[in-house]
Amino acid sequence: MKLSMVVNGVPREIDAAPSALLVDILRSDLRLTGTHVGCDTSQCGACTVRMNGRAVKSCTVLAGQAEGAEVTTIEGLGAPGALHPLQAAFQETHGLQCGFCTPGMIMAALDLVESGERLDETKVREGLAGNLCRCTGYHNIVRAVLLAAGANA
Amino acid sequence: MNGMIGQPVRRREDIRFITGRGRYTDDLAAAGQAYAVFARSPYARARLAKVDTAAAKASPGVVAVFTGADLAAGGIAALPCGWLVKSTDGTDMKVAPRPPLAISVVNFVGEPYAVVIADSLEAARAGAEAIEADFQDLPPAANLATAMDGPQIHEGIEQNRSFHWALGNQAKTEAAFAAAAHVTRLEFANNRLIPNAIEPRACLANYDAASDEITLTTTSQNPHLERLVLSAFVGLAPEHKLRVISPDVGGGFGSKIFIYPEETAAAWAARELRRAVKWTADRSEAFLSDAHGRDHLTTAELAMDAQGTFLGLRVHTRANLGAYLSTFASSVPTYLYGTLLAGQYRTPAIWVEVDGVYTNTAPVDAYRGAGRPEATYVVERLVETAARELKLDPAEIRRRNFIHEFPYETPVALVYDIGDYEQSLARALTLADVAGFPQRRAEAEKRGMKRGLGYSCYIEACGLAPSQLAISLGAGVGLYESGEVRVNPTGSVTVFTGSHSHGQGHETTFAQVVATKFGIPIEQVEVVHGDTGRMEFGLGTYGSRSLAVGGSALVKSAEKVIEKGKKISGHMLETTPDDIDFEDGVYRARGTNRQMTFGEVALAAYVPANFPEGLEPGLSEKTFYDPKNFTYPAGSHIAEVEIDPETGVVKVVAFTAVDDFGEIINPMIVEGQVHGGVAQGIGQALLEHGVYDDTGQLITGSFMDYAMPRAGDLPSFSVETTVTPCTHNPLGAKGCGEAGAIGAPAAIINAVTDALGVKDIAMPASPERVWRALQGA
Repeated sequence: MKLSMVVNGVPREIDAAPSALLVDILRSDLRLTGTHVGCDTSQCGACTVRMNGRAVKSCTVLAGQAEGAEVTTIEGLGAPGALHPLQAAFQETHGLQCGFCTPGMIMAALDLVESGERLDETKVREGLAGNLCRCTGYHNIVRAVLLAAGANA
Repeated sequence: MNGMIGQPVRRREDIRFITGRGRYTDDLAAAGQAYAVFARSPYARARLAKVDTAAAKASPGVVAVFTGADLAAGGIAALPCGWLVKSTDGTDMKVAPRPPLAISVVNFVGEPYAVVIADSLEAARAGAEAIEADFQDLPPAANLATAMDGPQIHEGIEQNRSFHWALGNQAKTEAAFAAAAHVTRLEFANNRLIPNAIEPRACLANYDAASDEITLTTTSQNPHLERLVLSAFVGLAPEHKLRVISPDVGGGFGSKIFIYPEETAAAWAARELRRAVKWTADRSEAFLSDAHGRDHLTTAELAMDAQGTFLGLRVHTRANLGAYLSTFASSVPTYLYGTLLAGQYRTPAIWVEVDGVYTNTAPVDAYRGAGRPEATYVVERLVETAARELKLDPAEIRRRNFIHEFPYETPVALVYDIGDYEQSLARALTLADVAGFPQRRAEAEKRGMKRGLGYSCYIEACGLAPSQLAISLGAGVGLYESGEVRVNPTGSVTVFTGSHSHGQGHETTFAQVVATKFGIPIEQVEVVHGDTGRMEFGLGTYGSRSLAVGGSALVKSAEKVIEKGKKISGHMLETTPDDIDFEDGVYRARGTNRQMTFGEVALAAYVPANFPEGLEPGLSEKTFYDPKNFTYPAGSHIAEVEIDPETGVVKVVAFTAVDDFGEIINPMIVEGQVHGGVAQGIGQALLEHGVYDDTGQLITGSFMDYAMPRAGDLPSFSVETTVTPCTHNPLGAKGCGEAGAIGAPAAIINAVTDALGVKDIAMPASPERVWRALQGA
């Protein structure tokens, strides 16, 4: 089926199988491989992207559900030399090691940082419940999110 | 050396990871690639009477179907175990052959027996569904506790026992127990864990007919080892016709050390089909087919005099090996376990016996810490329990028994070169505010909560070495590391290391080491790793070895470069090399104002105008660094927990780690390694458990059933280091990658049992188990 969506600000026309998932389109059709697949059952959050302004797990979004949507992936958030404050905070606080969960973690954290809510450690930990990291023990991820949110990290 | 050494330099690799530019195996695509899907056994143990692939081959889009028989006919041998352990009676361990694809029997759920290659992933999946296999299921031996009395899994291997291994002095230990005033005894399991790097295993195999070379890009912690094993033992291709590339790898924790069936079959199929073959595990496959970790049943006893002085330690362990011996499976519950049972203490007599037992479960091999967490758990649970039984302060009983003089030869075959256990314990007591604990406990009690404190003073042996010793003990590989430092004509430096980074940050720390050595900006140093086509050899990354062994190789190579630079600059400055001083990136002729910069010497090396005879052009040096000994990181961890008696939920309210890793290159990265290790240790103690039922079905086969630590399960950690420099490597470094996973489980369980007032509780101390313990059930 034919789909159109705006991905990282660029209008895209995609011919996708009805069973295709948003993550398949991003990774295979558009070659945006910054979005990762860690579990394929919606539990690890590595595939998290932003769709119409909210974080979604792109392994549980059918391609058809993304028709007409605005999608932002990690590649659309910021680039070397022009990092988004959240990306910069992850580097500054050593909030990543192997980097595999990181794009999903950053896209999930974006919702938290932009929520307008006053964040503290507990809220960040609760807010990231849908994203697994096996390397960092979350300590520095929490610091990164608080730093980006302007809270005391 | 100083410069950038010891500075929290921000990681250069981060830029690609935080912008989505990382390149992991599954991100790669080859022109015309086909997709592999494996048919896996649904039975824990069965005779594979027939595999009918006709329907699968006729399935739309299917290119080929290969069975175990096809691979065998194609010259592919069984996957080997790389460490030969001998039993106490002098016989070799009993090895069950493990063909990459099962041929006539299957021995665990998820064992692959055929591979379907198709034009698309969907077609490959449909093809795998169409394979008709005739299984005649057999009774399995899936439970470690009963496996030695259960059905015999492998022909000729009685009691399902691969080896009965022992270490120490039995007679001396028995005598110590006979003379003891007090004996503390515990029986427990070290729970089975499933590593679960967030990136599943994957590979992309390609064959180039022009060069007759297979290129296997895969999620490996040690690409050279993979090439060596696939070439020398499995017979995939000659070593010079096989290139293994390990690009960005999304975590390993041991599970990506090993040589697995899937990558082997995909690489073989790519050559058969003259077509690139891609395979990426889904999470269910990862649960079923990645090597698992731990899984011991242990009885441990500590003999003491009336003052709590340790006299002897006696340990019997039954270690689960799974259905086959994975690449290093035999070394983990033996040489990486029994040798660590002295811990930080002067226990004069130790005797440990280990039965390595086959079961109808996934193979068990090294997982972060590998044997050392199990040893630490034995020692530190015993010591804490002994303190309670003797009514001694848990810090005091440890102090009474600490080793103070180094080098110290343990009764279990190690020689500790250096350490200061008093110092790390003292600092941990302060940092954890142990003095304030009674007040915090009283305050918790008022809220109806139970609060507990637990210690763990661990030691580990890292940077596994030296080769001569390891090979004499049965290792099939050396344990050195290679490092090449290539100065380019323009003065930039390309560093090639046989270590592999899959999260550890070598691209930054190794650059810090080399840039400091040369006195040049870190931006001028590039670190290359993970490709057998780019560096000549390497043993990869495991056992917290990369800096201590791989980093030391780079130091040696950098020193050789400087010596060569002195010859070149000596010639150019019309003096002798002995009269050249090198400092801060400048070669100076002593006693003159003549000098050349590092870059000028580099250029001269490649534009050798008028070089004298015997002075070769070029400026590139390499080293194979073979350490003289293990390194011995050690530390003190203190956990504080609070338990809600209504729900049984254990909350880790504070975790303090004071570790001695020797000299530190990048403290930011070291702290991150500790955080991650502690998280996995807390995961083992409170959450994670790989469980098979008695029929051999994995009942924790997804993230719904296997409880990975999430952000809300963990506290922020309090982490510091003390320093006693390693005495035998040029960096004074010991290694930090596994400490957290080694120290944390005992600290947590010591805290939980303290809070509950019970002698023991099984890991993971789940809410159900804690609640039952509180009910006295």
